[in-house]
This record gives sequence, C-alpha cells and structure tokens, in this order.
Amino acid sequence: MKRYAAIAIVVALLACVPLLTSSNVVLNFMVVALLIALVGQGWNVLGGYGGQYSFGHAAFFGTGAYVTGILQLRYGVNAWLGLIIGIAAGALVGTVTGALSFRSGLRGSYFALVTLAFAEVLRIIASVAPITGAGVGTLVKLDLRWEAFQFQSRAPFYWIILAFVAISLVIAQRLEASRFGAYLVAVRENEDAAKAAGIDVFRVKLAAMTLSAAITAAGGCFYAQYFLFLDAGIAYGPWISVEALLAPVIGGIGTVFGPLLGALVVKSLGEATKLITGDTPGLDLMIYGCVLILVVAFAPRGLTGLMKRGQFWPAGRRHG
Amino acid sequence: MLSPIILIPAILNGLLTGAVYALVALGLTLIYGVLHIINFAHGALLTVAMFAAFFCYSLLGLDPYVAALGLAPLFFCLGYVLQRFVIGPAAHGEDRNILLITLGLAVVIENALLYAFRADTRTINLSYGFNVVEVGPAFLSVPRVVGFAIVIAVAIALYLLMRFTDTGKAIRAVAKEKLGAELSGIDVAHIYAVTFGLGTACLAVAACLLLPTYYVNPHAGNAFVLIAFTIVVLGGMGSIAGALVGGLIIGVVESLCGLYLGESLGQIGIFVIFILVLLFRPTGLFGERA
Repeated sequence: MKRYAAIAIVVALLACVPLLTSSNVVLNFMVVALLIALVGQGWNVLGGYGGQYSFGHAAFFGTGAYVTGILQLRYGVNAWLGLIIGIAAGALVGTVTGALSFRSGLRGSYFALVTLAFAEVLRIIASVAPITGAGVGTLVKLDLRWEAFQFQSRAPFYWIILAFVAISLVIAQRLEASRFGAYLVAVRENEDAAKAAGIDVFRVKLAAMTLSAAITAAGGCFYAQYFLFLDAGIAYGPWISVEALLAPVIGGIGTVFGPLLGALVVKSLGEATKLITGDTPGLDLMIYGCVLILVVAFAPRGLTGLMKRGQFWPAGRRHG
Repeated sequence: MLSPIILIPAILNGLLTGAVYALVALGLTLIYGVLHIINFAHGALLTVAMFAAFFCYSLLGLDPYVAALGLAPLFFCLGYVLQRFVIGPAAHGEDRNILLITLGLAVVIENALLYAFRADTRTINLSYGFNVVEVGPAFLSVPRVVGFAIVIAVAIALYLLMRFTDTGKAIRAVAKEKLGAELSGIDVAHIYAVTFGLGTACLAVAACLLLPTYYVNPHAGNAFVLIAFTIVVLGGMGSIAGALVGGLIIGVVESLCGLYLGESLGQIGIFVIFILVLLFRPTGLFGERA
C-alpha cells in the first residue's frame, strides 16, 4: 500500500499545477512532459522490466494517433470511442509485431532493429497512403466540446494526461508486485534460465509487448486530440521512439517512477536550452543525446538509482 | 513494363547504387562481426563524412576522389577514438548499453550538424558530374561507374587485410574468441578500436563516392542506415562477401521497386526484405550464426 500511497501523493501534487498557474506556456510544457512520461512508461514495461529494447515505439504511438484522428475525420466516430479503438489498434500492432519477432527468436540488437524497421515501414506507408492524407497530413476538425475530447483551456487536457500517467504508474506498480512481473524480470535477467524454470517466455514477452504498445498508443491518441494535426513524420517519426526510451533510461530503467522523472528532467533540460540559446534547431536534442550517453556511462540505474544509493559511480567502479 | 530496354538500365543503375550501399554496409558488418554490436551511429558518421567531403571541395577545392585519400585515414582515427574513449568505457561491457550509447551518439552528431549547418541541402558541381557512358540500352553516370570500381577495390583490399596481415589475423581472432585472443596477448580494446576505425574509414570513402551525384544535409546519412542494416542482415552479420552481394541485391531491388511502385514506395521493398530476412533467416545468406 505504501507504494500506491506514493503514487497518489505524486499525482495529487501534480494535479495542483493548473490551480497554481494559468500560464499556457507552463501548462503546455507540463502536458508534453507528461505525454512523454506516458509513452516512456509504455517503453519501460517492455524495455525496463522485460529487457527487450525497442527502437520503434513510434509504431504504436503513430497507430494510436492515426486511428483516433482518421476515425473522427473520415468516419465521424466520437473521439472518446476513437481513443479506445486507437489504444486497441496500437495494442494489436504490438501483438502482431511482437509475435512475429519473438516467434523468430529475435533478441537484443536484432529485436531493436526489427522494431525500428516496422516503424519505418509504417512511416513510409503513412507518407503515401491516401487515407492518412499523405503529404498533407491529417487535420482533426476543431470542435471544442468535451464530448469531442477537445477543450478551450489547457487545464482539462492536463488533468486527462495526468490521469493517463496515473493509470500507467499503477500498472507499473501492479506489474512489480505481480507474478507476471516476476516472470518478466526473470526473462530480462536470463532468458534461457527463465525458460528452464518453466516460464513460457514467448507468452510473457508477447503480453508485455501488447501492454507496452497499448500504453504508448494511448499517448498517440492524446497527441492527436491535443495538437489536432498528424503527418507521417510526427506519428511514426524516429523522434518519438527516441523520447520513449530516453525518459525511462534517464529516470531509471525498470522502476515505477523512472519514466515520469526522466520525462520531467529531459523536457526541463530542453526548455532550459531553448531559454538560454533561443530557438535554434537541434540544440535541445543534442543535449538529450549527451545526457543519454552520460547517464548510461556514469549512472546505469538512472536518476532514481542515484537517489536511492546516493552514489554516482556504478557498482564496479567504486573500489577501482 | 517488362521490356529489356527499361529493365536493363534499371538493373544496371541498381547495381551502381547498390555498390555504394555495400560500402556503407561493409563498415557496419565489420564492426558487427568483431564487436557484436550494432552501431546506430553509423548513419550519423556517414553524414559527418559527407560534410567533410563537401567542405574539402568547397573550401579547399579538393576533388572528392582526392579527398577520399585524406579523409579515410582521418575517419579511421575518429572511429578509433570514439570506440576506445567513448563507446567502450561508457558501455561497461553490456550490449544493451552499447545500443543506447551509439543511439545517443547518433542523436548528438546529427543535431550538432543541424545546429551548425541548419537543414539546408548542399550539393557540389563537378565538371564531370553529369557525364554518362552508354552501355547497351543504358546511360550510366560516370561518377557512379567509377564509384562502383572503387567499392570493389576497397572490398578486395579489406579482404586481403583481414586475410593476410597480422592486424587482420588479430581482428579475426578477437571476432571468433575474445577471451582466447586476450589470453594470447592480443590487446582486445585496441583491436576493437581498430575495427571501429576501419568501419568508419569505409564511411569516409563512401561519402566521397556519393558526393558527386548526391546531396548532403544533416539527415542525409539516415537514408542509408536502414538500408545498410538490411544489407548486413541479408548478407549475414559480419561477412564481407555478404555485404557486397547483399548491397548489390538491395540496390537492384530498390531500383525495380521504384520502377514498378513509384519513387516514394521504392524503399518499401527494402524494408519488407529486411523484416522477412530478420524473421525467417536472421543468419542471412553468408552468416554463420545469429
């Protein structure tokens, strides 16, 4: 219960932000940071707990985003229903790509490669298919009613994405305490040993990938509603695959709060860079890359690892 | 659509494109074969090389083919330093970390270039840039035919290096059995860095071959990343011959897909092959093990 109390406190504190400020800049920043936290939590379920590093989470994000957007635009489906179908579609993409990859026994770098390739194939298809609007993109119609999942002010958007993040935190917490979570960690630590111990490795990995894809797709659906515009480069672009793994790696891989912490830190760094240097393209991403390398090199357990142990050097270096 | 007058030029042009792909893939496969890592910074390093070749021409007036002679050793050193002092130490010997580090490097390099040179696309104008030779029904670009010959020469040189020199023997020893090589007195960290350097030097040559007919911008190298991965997987990870054959196959596939499906879908064929090979024959055509 103590861990759930921690989640409740963090979420309650974050929920106060719109009460303290009505600045659109601050709220917009927080919405994007929470969106990355959500997408990152999706990556964390598969990569953090399961040890399967995906470089193509854009496949799930983009599917969620496009399905929500296209259903509304072309079929007049209600946005909330679109959200649910979008999440389901993302999960389905996760199941199918996962089944194909894991059935062929792809691990490690091979898995990273094949996920990257799936995302690229979807990106190329989306950039020419008529249903996505090809080069023009998909523009969701402006309809500022809550029934249409659109709001005049940013605060409701903020609370909704916070609710998504809260759910993802509870999922991660439940995962940690569950038998399935234990299986997943066993697969991460040593797949062959896990198999020998009687774990159905294929099913465990597939379930993790489906869950991971669903969480990430939810982020994509939210993106479509918040920004109301999608094109192939946004929805299936490599940027989202990178940010999805950046947040948990920097915050702490395989921890409940890692993705949230990582997303806040990464986005703050990005904003700080923009404030100092003006809006120069590339510089914020350059900083992200440096932070990624530094964290992997000097703090492999991420920021939560640093806080827990109060040490800066990885275990092996302490005595040497 | 199937008449030889259309098909033969498409295939020949595909082979010429494929040769440069093969050279990019050669660097990647060399690194994979020895270090057993996938270098996600490969595309970004190719972009760096393309910028280097571009500035050699625009600032120093060096012809790209001449610049290659200087850039190859320079990029060997760059690759050596990167592996020895950045990737190696930062990875703590874990493969997953290497994936993240090289990805981080790619992000840093690409955006540093974007910051420095903006997203502008640059090209160079050489007097022979548009020269063509007539081969049967096909008109082939002279710079690309020259490129093809140079790629074959580089591949042979690499093969000889790996086969007959002490360094080559050491590289092969480390690739086969790292611990055994270390015990026989081979400096594994040094060999790793040499291999990474060789792989990066291949990129410098590839960049110089590309420049006369291609453009350069901060994302230019990305177009080659997945193609190179595909070739490496198709040819078998770590196999030099595989990279060469795979590169030529992929070049032809791209050319034919472009012919029948249209320019924008030309690359779909490559990715479909990639996914199919990964799923059904991850050892590739010439690979020994997954």
